[in-house]
Amino acid sequence: MPQGPYSDIVMDHFMNPRNMGEIENADAVGEVGNPACGDVMKLYLKIEDGKIVDAKFKTFGCGAAIASSSITTEMIKGKTIDEALKISNEAVAEALGGLPPAKQHCSVLAEEALKVAIEDYNKKKGSG
Amino acid sequence: MKRVYFDHASATPVDRTVLKSMEPYFIENFGNPSSILIEEGAIPHRAVEEAREEIALLVGASKDEIIFTSSATESNNLAVKGLALANRDRGRRILFSDIEHYSIINQADFLRGIGFEIDFVKVDINGMLDMEDLKRKLTKDTILVSVMHANLEIGTIEPIKEMAYFLKEHNILFHSDGAGTCGTIPVNVKDLNVDTMTISPHQFYGPKGIAALYIKKGVRLTPIVQGGYQEMGYRAGTENVPAIVGFGKAARIAMEEMDKRVEKLTLLSKRLWEGLASSIDYIHFTGHPEKRLPGHVSFWIEFVEGESLLLWLNLNSIASSSGSACSSNVLAIDETGLKASHVLTAIGVPPEICHGSIAFSLGKDNTMEEVEHTLSVMPGIVKRLRDMSPLYERFKKTGVRDYKL
Repeated sequence: MPQGPYSDIVMDHFMNPRNMGEIENADAVGEVGNPACGDVMKLYLKIEDGKIVDAKFKTFGCGAAIASSSITTEMIKGKTIDEALKISNEAVAEALGGLPPAKQHCSVLAEEALKVAIEDYNKKKGSG
Repeated sequence: MKRVYFDHASATPVDRTVLKSMEPYFIENFGNPSSILIEEGAIPHRAVEEAREEIALLVGASKDEIIFTSSATESNNLAVKGLALANRDRGRRILFSDIEHYSIINQADFLRGIGFEIDFVKVDINGMLDMEDLKRKLTKDTILVSVMHANLEIGTIEPIKEMAYFLKEHNILFHSDGAGTCGTIPVNVKDLNVDTMTISPHQFYGPKGIAALYIKKGVRLTPIVQGGYQEMGYRAGTENVPAIVGFGKAARIAMEEMDKRVEKLTLLSKRLWEGLASSIDYIHFTGHPEKRLPGHVSFWIEFVEGESLLLWLNLNSIASSSGSACSSNVLAIDETGLKASHVLTAIGVPPEICHGSIAFSLGKDNTMEEVEHTLSVMPGIVKRLRDMSPLYERFKKTGVRDYKL
């Protein structure tokens, strides 16, 4: 197994990302980050009766960014919007078995992507 | 799968013959070379002087122009600080190229703090020093210029000789960091006409923890480490005898094998370069296409982040290095450590991209099979990473990039 700065869980999600891809006609899409920081994260959600029934992601970024996106989709699937919004970046980092200090922002990005996606959902719902 | 090591710019394995030459100087001949009047000291003293001779031969210097230090970083510090301090009565202005190693550029704040003025000279998109910018930035107050011989991140070899002759006309001192070139390609300090040059053996199958500085005869330089009278008074501290002996041996072997090594490296890197160019779209090679280190191939790939690429290469048993600070500073204590590479920024890689570049630096023991293995896995890795990139998805749908090329 890798002996670098990343935990085995991070490397597992990096090598075998869960829920990678797009959802056509997603109910919510959240994109955060910018290439300047080296990371861009895009989250797609399918929401039914206030519950996240499907989640997929696409991420341009380092190992920690890809792993953070991947584990976040796993953590939010099946949760209600309110429950999902309670997931903090610390919880994401913890689920990954920790992240190096310089990579903590990747878990923050995952939390932000989720928030932006849910804002997008509320906006769509409000206007629809 | 056996590891494919393409990161010789970071470190090379110590040659077995080199290691063997070092062994007697740990136990049998352990004496202090300063204790020259007793046999225990005279033997290591002689060994140090023989090594000095080999290193002088390697770079075309005389023996008393070679000073041993602990690292290329120390050599660069001794040269720049030493020349600056010894010549402060002549002026206070010092110029560095934009792509110098950290051991040069990170001296800027310290030197400013003690009254020097530091300015930086631009390079072009190939990483070649911009001579016009150098001329523009020279003033009567300029005493020293430092430009590395070759950059290990992008492979470009700088026109040192041309710069040196120009600077000599203006009576300005010239230091060049030769860590990337000495022992790898032919270097002659007299021909290059530099005042000081850094030489580092861990780039050519010698040990770490030892390096040298060439100091041209007659050049004034203030020592920065005070202590006993070792190294002709330029560098105090008991000599690292085994490492110095290994350094000398590595220099000897480098002289003997250089032509053969260069020929092989050129062949391997040509295939690697051509193979990548033909199998991967939107790839941008960095550094000068011809005036570059043999065996050095560097590039960045659009819609592929540098660290992820490096990690996947590593998982495929290929060791490379990334110019992207995102990966090299993964152990930084906080996110402020994640700055884009100053070298990539200097050569005009879009600053809003922290994609990171990859450098493959090949060595004497690499094979064509290893090159072919790398070429066989690269397209798959690139595809995998692009498939998960929202930037690529957008580019495919709209043809628009998130940044300007």
